[in-house]
Amino acid sequence: MIIPDDLLYTESHEWVKSEGDNIRVGITDHAQSELTDVVYVELPKLERQVNAKEPIAVVESVKAASDIYAPVKGTVLETNKALEADPGLINREPYGQGWIFLLKIDNADDLKQLKDAGAYQKQIGS
Amino acid sequence: VSEAAYKTTPLYDEHKRLGAKMVPFAGWLMPVQYTSIVEEHQAVRNNVGVFDISHMGQFIVEGAGGRDWLNRMLTNNLEKLSVGMGQYTFLLNVRGGIIDDLIVYRIDEQKYLLVVNAARADQDFGWLQNHLKVGHASALPDSRDRKRNACATRLVSRSEDFGAVAIQGPHTMALFHALFGEDIELPARNHIIDVRFETSNLSVARTGYTGEDGIEVFFPANDAVKFWSAVLEQGKTLGIKPCGLGARDTLRLEMCYPLNGSDLSPERNPIEAGLGFFVDVSKPDFVGREALLKTKEFSPREKLVSFRMKEKGPPPRPHYAVFRNGERIGEVTSGTLSPSLNWGIGMAYVSSAHAKIGAEIDIEIRGQKFPATVEKKPLYRKAAS
Repeated sequence: MIIPDDLLYTESHEWVKSEGDNIRVGITDHAQSELTDVVYVELPKLERQVNAKEPIAVVESVKAASDIYAPVKGTVLETNKALEADPGLINREPYGQGWIFLLKIDNADDLKQLKDAGAYQKQIGS
Repeated sequence: VSEAAYKTTPLYDEHKRLGAKMVPFAGWLMPVQYTSIVEEHQAVRNNVGVFDISHMGQFIVEGAGGRDWLNRMLTNNLEKLSVGMGQYTFLLNVRGGIIDDLIVYRIDEQKYLLVVNAARADQDFGWLQNHLKVGHASALPDSRDRKRNACATRLVSRSEDFGAVAIQGPHTMALFHALFGEDIELPARNHIIDVRFETSNLSVARTGYTGEDGIEVFFPANDAVKFWSAVLEQGKTLGIKPCGLGARDTLRLEMCYPLNGSDLSPERNPIEAGLGFFVDVSKPDFVGREALLKTKEFSPREKLVSFRMKEKGPPPRPHYAVFRNGERIGEVTSGTLSPSLNWGIGMAYVSSAHAKIGAEIDIEIRGQKFPATVEKKPLYRKAAS
C-alpha cells in the first residue's frame, strides 16, 4: 500500500494535503483497495460549512456505499467533477486525479489532530 | 477478521495464494474478489470464470421411498425427473415461506442429490431429518404408506466430503473439453453426468447462477486443489479468471436470479417472489401447499419486481424504500451498479398493484428520490452475436 510521507491522514482513511489555507482531500490507497471498484461518488455541495468528522461525501463501490468525512472544520471550496464521469479515478489514482474535495479550513491548528504517514501505517498494520 | 471462527473450503490456501480478499459469508470465509469485481464479472460475460462453491451443502436422499418423500418436501414435481436430470425447487415451511431454494438432481433410479445454500444447509438438513423421523414414528393407520416410505428413505449430508466449483462463461465448452477430453459430451442443460478426471470421479452439471453457459462440478474434497489448478491452467488461453462472491452477486442480479436471505426468506413465498413456475400445486400434497393455494386464490399483497434506474446516479441498495407518487409501496432487496450495463439495477418487493412491467417508481437514496422503472426479467440480455 502506498502511503506518501508528505500527506496527513485521518482514522477514517482520508488523506489530507495542505495547500496554503486550504486542504485537498481524498481516500487512501488502502481505502480504495478495501472498497474495491468505485462506481459512484456523491460530492459535497460547494460553500457548505462542515465540521470535523462530519460525513460530507459518499463513495460507492459495486458492493456498498461508504461515507467520506471532513477531516477538520471548514468550507467546501471545490469538488472534483471528473469523478462524476470517471469514479474509477479513485481506484487508479487515489492520491492524484482521484482527489474528492478542496476545503478552506477555519483553523490551521486543527491539522495537528491528524496522523502522519507513520501513524497511519501503524493503524492499518501494513 | 478472526479466521478461526469460520469454516474454510478445501481451496482456502489457493484463494490466499491468488491474493483474494476473504470475507465471512454464511459462516464461511470466502473470496469476495481476487482483483476486481468488475473485471471478474466481465471475464464471465466475455470469456470464462471459475468460482469456488464448496461452501454449498450437498445432501443425498436414497431408497425406495425417496422420491415420494422428497416430493412431499419440495415444491417442484420430481416425477418429471428422469435419471441424470436436475430441477430448481423450493423447501417451504407450513406457511408457504421459503426455507431454501435448491437444485435437486436425480443421480440414479432411487438416488437424489440436493445442492443447497450454505447459509441454510444446517437448517435444511435439520428440517428434512425431523420430517423423516416424524414419518418413522407416525403410527396412524392413514399414514401407513408414509411410514413405509420414510423407513425406506435415507438422508445423509455430504457437505463435508465434497468440494465444488462453478465454471461459467461462453468458453465453458472449450474448457470442459480441455479438462475432460474431446470425446466426452457436455451434459444437456440442467443435466448431470459422471466424468473421470485423472484418477478421480467427478459429477458435472450443466447449471449455474450467472446467465452464461456453464457447469457446476462436484468432486471429493481431497481432489479440490488438483482440479482447481487444472481449471486455471487449462483456462489460461481462454482468458479465465478466478471469480469471487462479488461478481457472483452482480452476475446473478443482472439475470434477476433471487438470492436467499435477500430476495427470498421464510416470510416470503414463491408466488410473491414470482417463481410459481417451480411450484406444482397439482401435486396432492407437499409442505406449504395449503398456504400457497390461499395465496394463489387471493393473490399476494406484494410481489418481487426487477427495476432499472431511469438516470445515471447512485446505485440502489438493499433496504432502500420504494415510493410511487409519494406513497411508500415497498423495499429494495437487491441492488447494485450492473457492470454489464454500467447502470443501477435491483429487485424490490412492492405492493401488487404497482408490480407491473413499465410501472414508474422512485427509490429513496439518502433522503432523495430517484426515478426507476419496473422491467421485465432478466435485466441484462446478451447482444445477439
